[in-house]
Amino acid sequence: MTTDTNSPLPQTVPTDRPFARGLIPAPTPVQFLDELGHRVEIFTGDYAEPSPEQLVAAYRAMVIGRRFDIQATALAKQGRLAVYPPSRGQEACQIGSMLALSEGDWAFPTYRDSMALVTHGLDPVEILTVPHGAAHCGYDPRAVRTAPQCTPLATQLVHAVGFASGEKRKGRPTVAMAFVGDGATSEGDFHEALNFAGVFNAPVVFLVQNNEYAISVPLSKQTAAPSLGYKGIGYGIASEQVDGNDAMAVLAVLNKAVAHARSGQGPVLVEAHTYRLDGHTNADDPTRYRDSTEVDDWLRRDPITRLEAWLRHQGHIDDAFVASVAHEAEAFAADVRDRMSIDLAVDPMSLFDNVFATPTPQLLEQRAMVQSEIKAEEASR
Amino acid sequence: MTPTVTHHGAPARNQVTMSGAINRALRDAMTANTDVVVFGEDVGTLGGVFRITDGIARDFGEDRCFDTPLAEAGIVGFAVGMAMAGFRPVIEMQFDAFAYPAFEQIASHVAKMRNRTAGKVNLPIVIRIPFAGGIGGVEHHCDSSEAYYAHTPGLKVVTPATVEDAYTLLREAINDPDPVIFMEPKRLYWSKGAIESATAATTFDSFGRAAVRRAGTDVTLVAYGPSVDVAMAAAAAAADSGWSVEVVDLRTIVPFDDVTVVASVRKTGRCVVVQEAQGFAGVGAEIAARVQERAFHSLQAPVLRVAGLDIPYPPPKLEHLHLPGVERVLDAIARLQWDDQADTRFLDHHGKGGAM
Repeated sequence: MTTDTNSPLPQTVPTDRPFARGLIPAPTPVQFLDELGHRVEIFTGDYAEPSPEQLVAAYRAMVIGRRFDIQATALAKQGRLAVYPPSRGQEACQIGSMLALSEGDWAFPTYRDSMALVTHGLDPVEILTVPHGAAHCGYDPRAVRTAPQCTPLATQLVHAVGFASGEKRKGRPTVAMAFVGDGATSEGDFHEALNFAGVFNAPVVFLVQNNEYAISVPLSKQTAAPSLGYKGIGYGIASEQVDGNDAMAVLAVLNKAVAHARSGQGPVLVEAHTYRLDGHTNADDPTRYRDSTEVDDWLRRDPITRLEAWLRHQGHIDDAFVASVAHEAEAFAADVRDRMSIDLAVDPMSLFDNVFATPTPQLLEQRAMVQSEIKAEEASR
Repeated sequence: MTPTVTHHGAPARNQVTMSGAINRALRDAMTANTDVVVFGEDVGTLGGVFRITDGIARDFGEDRCFDTPLAEAGIVGFAVGMAMAGFRPVIEMQFDAFAYPAFEQIASHVAKMRNRTAGKVNLPIVIRIPFAGGIGGVEHHCDSSEAYYAHTPGLKVVTPATVEDAYTLLREAINDPDPVIFMEPKRLYWSKGAIESATAATTFDSFGRAAVRRAGTDVTLVAYGPSVDVAMAAAAAAADSGWSVEVVDLRTIVPFDDVTVVASVRKTGRCVVVQEAQGFAGVGAEIAARVQERAFHSLQAPVLRVAGLDIPYPPPKLEHLHLPGVERVLDAIARLQWDDQADTRFLDHHGKGGAM
């Protein structure tokens, strides 16, 4: 959101970047905390430092989110889940995005945003229903204000735009937080979503979690853009880029982006630079496409230790709090483990439910066929 | 079209074109339910390239009928979101082939949302698609794309053949809690008929009920959309040759009315399916299979199909050879083994004798 990107990188905080005025993101990611947790001001401009309460909440949610993510990966390796796409390392993005929302706001997540949904208050067992294998989306989207986790890349972004526009037309102050990864910014629907959002001035925040890889393909093979944040400019959308492993910066930028959208000033595109520490899924072998030293580099930029260091230094948290959060995270994981270990009862007849509100005669015929097959099998036992 | 002046909710009967009937249905549905919104390319100020939405933006306001950016996946995806927010979007794909960019949104989201969410989120969306040819259109403007949608579980696929049906089927589609692909035969836009319109929240019940358009005893012609008129003309011509031909108009491809089709074939003993779309792996193939599965012992001859050729839609000056016409239908009727001889004239082009 600077006005002159050709000038050398400013060494001081620019003060002429009001959020709504310019569309261009900062030349380098906005950063509030460096890798050691020291307070810095890299293009922090007029972003407000998040409150200590929000930062402590973010710390707690990141610890629980990571523990959940590790637990889910373990369940996948044990065969309890068909697959799990982990997001360890992306906690600041996933937690920050949810904590920036208010009651009544909606999330439009991808399959990798499970930690965000834990923070959004969803039951972890319901989040894991798809890979658990007995049903599709396990939660009631309306009850938890979350669209089904989306697999076809970027397609849910247009839904978020239509939904947010519809909410605005209904006079409701809802903001939609739309998630997308770096690879999916190459999809046509990403561009159509940004364009529609701009044209209809929809209250949507697009959060691009740039975790460097689309399965195995690095960002350099995905785009020639200087930053994915620049992709908003052509659509007239206010854009920003942020250090996605700096929870304070993510919150500062997204707090403002959500307020911007809610106030009727239109959509915002935010690129968060982060890193997927694990593979694409538990079935992936990332050693085939990246060096372990790269992973080590990113481990040093860990979002949780960074925020913890600052919060401790400021006296907002202490050993006792850290221990209690760790304990809470363990209990959370144990609960997930216990409840996911129960074999699910499946209802074969549910195959025919909810294809239509009223099944067609042909579906009723097929239902009767499957029913008789099951009866025959039971009788032969 | 001139808007019909009615007392609120009172039915009015008038003579209109099919495009006028669709316009009337949109207006009446929008009056009956304020959640009904219309959007798409050029549907606002212009009233659509076929003028189907003529005057609606002016009369109902830009909030309820509006132009969108030119991006079909965006239009359909936007409709998904609008439906989730409580609206009932009726969206227009400008031409059949221009809907293909939206196919992922239709197949992966529109068709599956109810199922994916265990019924928690339904999408009452109507996707209007002017389709098929016969109007001298150039390439990419005359595709018969109904089979793609009919093959996708979760979609209802509707195509009117009469002006009256254009009105009532669209009203029913807009009332439906599930997504409907509403396929409008372009060449029938200017056909005329009478409709009874009503702005009240009326219920309709034609989905899944085929209509017998002409009663007969010797042959059943099964058709839908643009091919019903062809079947009717063929039936009239066949009467001159002494054949009594029954014509069944499916009205809805999904849900499919096995009962009416099979009852007719059981009565006549012979069946020809007429469709304008290319024949291979098409809706007509499905109908032929279903008829033979259910009425084999009533059949005096194999079920024949009269379909478009298996070619990309041809240039305007050649479309008459592609489109199933009365002569081709009559020819098929003549081949229904009236003399108990199999007709293999067109079935042995591989030179292998038994290859058919």
